[in-house]
Amino acid sequence: MPKVKPHRTSPSLDMTPMVDLAFLLVTFFMLTTQFRPDEAVVVDPPSSTSDLRAPESDILTLTIDSKKRVFFGYDKAPILQEALKAVGAKYGVTFTPAQSKQFSLLPNFGVPITQLGSYLDKDTEQRKALNPTLAGIPYDSLNNQMMDWVIEARKANAKLFQKPTFLVIKGDGDADVKTVQTVIKDLQEKDINRFNLLTSLEMKPSYIEK
Amino acid sequence: MSTKIDMTPMVDLAFLLLTFFMLTTTFAKPNVMQLTMPVKDKNLKDDEQTKIKASQAMTVILAPDNKVFYFFGLNEPNDKSVSVPEIKVTDFSANGIRKVLLERQRQQPEPIILIEPYSVDGKDAKYKNMVDILDEMNITNQKKYALIDIPKKDVELIKKQNLL
Repeated sequence: MPKVKPHRTSPSLDMTPMVDLAFLLVTFFMLTTQFRPDEAVVVDPPSSTSDLRAPESDILTLTIDSKKRVFFGYDKAPILQEALKAVGAKYGVTFTPAQSKQFSLLPNFGVPITQLGSYLDKDTEQRKALNPTLAGIPYDSLNNQMMDWVIEARKANAKLFQKPTFLVIKGDGDADVKTVQTVIKDLQEKDINRFNLLTSLEMKPSYIEK
Repeated sequence: MSTKIDMTPMVDLAFLLLTFFMLTTTFAKPNVMQLTMPVKDKNLKDDEQTKIKASQAMTVILAPDNKVFYFFGLNEPNDKSVSVPEIKVTDFSANGIRKVLLERQRQQPEPIILIEPYSVDGKDAKYKNMVDILDEMNITNQKKYALIDIPKKDVELIKKQNLL
C-alpha cells in the first residue's frame, strides 16, 4: 500500500500585517524623534538621585566644562535675538540681521562679545573646528558678560512671553567646584537664588540604615 | 503565475529604520537637582549673623581625589576654650560619608552641616563631588546644610594635621 503523501503547501506566510506594524512604528519614531542639537561643548554631567524633571521650554543653560569655560544657551530664538541686541548695545557692538539670525540658531556659545561677530560669520563646519579653542564667556568680576547675558535673557523672556526662566547649570563632572561656585555667587549677587543642577539619573539606594 | 512578491527586503528595511530611530530618540529629559541658596542680605554685618552651636555643627570638606574630610564641632583657632577638632577622612562610598551622616543624625537630631569644597594651590575638588554630597544630603534627609567657601582656618587645620 502506498504511503499517503501529506499535502505540501508552500511555507510562505503573509507578512503584510507585520510590515504594516513595522512602518507604523517607523513613522511614530520619525515624528517623535528630536535630534540632539550640535552644542558648542559636550559635557558629561554627574549623576544624582534627584528625579525632578526639567520643564519643556524656557530653559537657560549655563554650561561649565572641565577647562573652566562657561557657555551660554537658551532654547528660544526671539529671546536670544533680543538679548544679543541688549548686550551688544551695552558693549558698543552691533550685529547685522544675518548675524542675529545665525545667533538665534545656536544651541549655546562661548565667545566674548567682541569676537562674537566674526564667530557668527563663519559657517557651521568652521565653527565646529573653532569650538575647542574658544575662550568661553568672561565671568570675572571686572568683565562679567555672563551675567549680562543671563539678565538680558531673563528680561527678554519676561517681556516677550511673560514667563519665568528656568535656570540650569550644566557642569561637567570633572569641572572644578571653584568655577561653579563663582557662577553661583555671581547669580546670588543679582538675587537669583534658585537654580538647578543638571544631572543624570542614578538609582536611590534601596536600603538606608536608620 | 503567482502574483506574490517577496516582501523580505522591505521588512528588513522597515526594521532597520525602526532600530535606528528607536536608538537615536531621546525621550528622557535630563534630570535636575534643585538648589536654593539663602538670600544674601547685604546690610547684615558679620557679627549679626546667626551663630551655629558647636554641638550642632558638622563640617564636611570636599578634598581632591574624591576624598571627604569631616569633623564635628567648631574650629576656632583663636579661642583657647574650644578644643581643636580632629579631622577624619572618608569617601563617597555607601559606607563612607553616608554612614557618618546617618550616625550623626541619630546622636544629634538637628545637625547643621557646612559643606566646604577645597580649592587651594591648584588642588580642587571636582564638581561631581559637590553634586554627590548634595545628593547625600537628600538621601539622608538633612534639614540644614550650607555650601560655603572654605575658610582659611580650616585650610590651616588640614595642613596642621598633614592630610594634604
